[in-house]
Amino acid sequence: MALPAYYTAKDKIWHYAFRVICFAIFFFLLAPILIMIPLSFNALPYFTFTREMLTLNPDGYSLRWYQDFLASDSWKRSIRNSFGIGIAAMLVSTFLGTLAALGLSRSEMPAKGLIMGILISPMIVPLIISAAGMFFFFSSINLAQTYLGVVLAHAALGTPFVVITVTATLVGFDHSLTRAAANLGASPTRTFFKITMPLILPGVISGALFAFITSFDEIVVVLFVAGVEQRTIPREMWSGIREDISPTILAVATILVMVSIALLTVVELLRRRGERMRGLSPQ
Amino acid sequence: MSQADATQAAPPKREKLFTADGTPLRKALERANRRRKLTALALVGPLLAFILIFFAFPIAQMMWRSVDNPQIVNALPRTLQALDTWDGQGVPNEAVFAALHADMIEDLDRPRREQTIGPLGIRLNYELSAARSAISRTSRAVQNFDAPYSDAFMDAHRLWGQPELWRIIKREGRPLTLSYYIAATDREYDEAGNIVKRPENRQIYVSLFGRTLALSLAITFMTFALGFPIAYFLANMPMRYANLLMIAVLLPFWTSLLVRTSAWIVLLQQQGVINELLVNIGLISDGNRISMIYNQTGTIIAMTHILLPFMVLPLYSVMRTIPVSYTRAAKSLGATPWTAFRRVYFPQTLPGIGAGGVLVFIISIGYYITPALVGGQSGRMISNEIARHIQQSLNWGLAAALGTMLLVGVLVLYWLYNRLVGADSLKFG
Repeated sequence: MALPAYYTAKDKIWHYAFRVICFAIFFFLLAPILIMIPLSFNALPYFTFTREMLTLNPDGYSLRWYQDFLASDSWKRSIRNSFGIGIAAMLVSTFLGTLAALGLSRSEMPAKGLIMGILISPMIVPLIISAAGMFFFFSSINLAQTYLGVVLAHAALGTPFVVITVTATLVGFDHSLTRAAANLGASPTRTFFKITMPLILPGVISGALFAFITSFDEIVVVLFVAGVEQRTIPREMWSGIREDISPTILAVATILVMVSIALLTVVELLRRRGERMRGLSPQ
Repeated sequence: MSQADATQAAPPKREKLFTADGTPLRKALERANRRRKLTALALVGPLLAFILIFFAFPIAQMMWRSVDNPQIVNALPRTLQALDTWDGQGVPNEAVFAALHADMIEDLDRPRREQTIGPLGIRLNYELSAARSAISRTSRAVQNFDAPYSDAFMDAHRLWGQPELWRIIKREGRPLTLSYYIAATDREYDEAGNIVKRPENRQIYVSLFGRTLALSLAITFMTFALGFPIAYFLANMPMRYANLLMIAVLLPFWTSLLVRTSAWIVLLQQQGVINELLVNIGLISDGNRISMIYNQTGTIIAMTHILLPFMVLPLYSVMRTIPVSYTRAAKSLGATPWTAFRRVYFPQTLPGIGAGGVLVFIISIGYYITPALVGGQSGRMISNEIARHIQQSLNWGLAAALGTMLLVGVLVLYWLYNRLVGADSLKFG
């Protein structure tokens, strides 16, 4: 990009200085995450670059931390738990959240503000308070240290994201389409599955992904509500960091970064698709 | 006037409208509206019930713990009655000890689950640190006590001879209490029953709340200082490049919290990447490695990184809508770039700053994980203290009081946020 001709020397200096500042901040954002990737291939149990690594000597690199990770039963269990709990919680919150968003976006809905406030409260209340409340409550009804307990807790934390994203999709929704379908003789169920669902699907999917990642990354509630059997990846990392910190953490972190890149790509594609579709709908 | 004339002269009576099946239209419309309202409620109902049962109720129950005080009332009904006439001075009379004996004997016959002496000891221990052992030691011996009971009790444990214990039993012998809130604000009862400040070396919570606020403000300011330039930069570049660079903001946003926290541990610890680098290039000596973690610095750096996207995203979406022509107009009217920025551009970004600022502040004030992992002693926040009371010291009433205070603070802030920007504008990704 060429600079405008009328820029003075001072303007130019400021222009470049500003760019340097911005790239330093982008570096601050990305570097901590990306630095884990090469470090996870360290042949030695250090959290820093060894001389061999810096000179690109192949002996400095190894896959031992990935092998450690794959050989460990507790890590394997935590992967199973994270995905199992995450998917179950996602299904519950997507189902309940989508229904609720459909109800909330109807003009006849009474006490909309109040109900919306209650429904998104799990997002606002500090996690430590949610976790403490659930800990006491789940202990009293024998749900503490069970899979069902963790799934229900995570589902509650995930629903606000589904409600918000689906509601946002429904804002641009053209209701004359459903009326047209009804007019042409489609039953409400048929209208929903043939007209409404395909149109709000991007919102539902990104809501579901948010619900999944909420559960997948959640740790505070797990610390309070889950038992040894229900340990998830973040819970395993937590004890890894607190107790015997080993570079296995870095291998796990690298894999998780890959997972987040994949999720980010999906959400971004959905967002673009949503924007395109909204651009097409008459407004 | 004949009948025929009358029908002709009067205006035609307005016909009531009916639907095909013969119900009045107004009624049919009302019914349809009611049905639509019920449908809407039926759609929201399942989630509302779910959230109320598994989220709202547990929190309400936890808040109730901050004033709930059943232990002494349950364990010592007779003793409390006998204490009614005690004036609070000296040791109570023999009648009180006899009642205490009766209460404790009765408890021994109860099934284990319903025993009240254990909870009583725990409850009294919150107020007086030797009380738990006094209660348990006495309860083991109480079967062999003979009259006069006062001597027998005082032989079993010296605490029974101290008026302070009796004052606590009398004061806390009510089903509801404020004592957890009094403790949570670093206050206590003096001998005369007045609420006074604790001795300085035992004041913890007020300064902890203060530190939590200060750290949250520092983090909010840091996210603003770092977020504003890059949001501006992103907002003023062609969409294609902006979307690409946006990945730098969104990737951390989507990356696991524990990954990011451990990344900072890797970078900042004494044997970590930054210290090694500084030693290797000779900027610091091996013995003088900088401690950047397990203290407030660690909390601020890691949390700034974690919360920065929450500041950039609202700022960016506001800045995208600000027309460039305004700043150009200001410049063409003679404003320097700085004046144009300060008086024209900056005021238009205020909604974004408000939204991002309150959001970051709300999130950081209740943060638990990062301060627990990288905060050390000095970087701890109020959440860590709540967790400690639930998991280690088991003073659940005090944890509930601290939690309620934090929750009320957050809700007030959220209300403010809602007034400022509206919750509907929350967006992710």
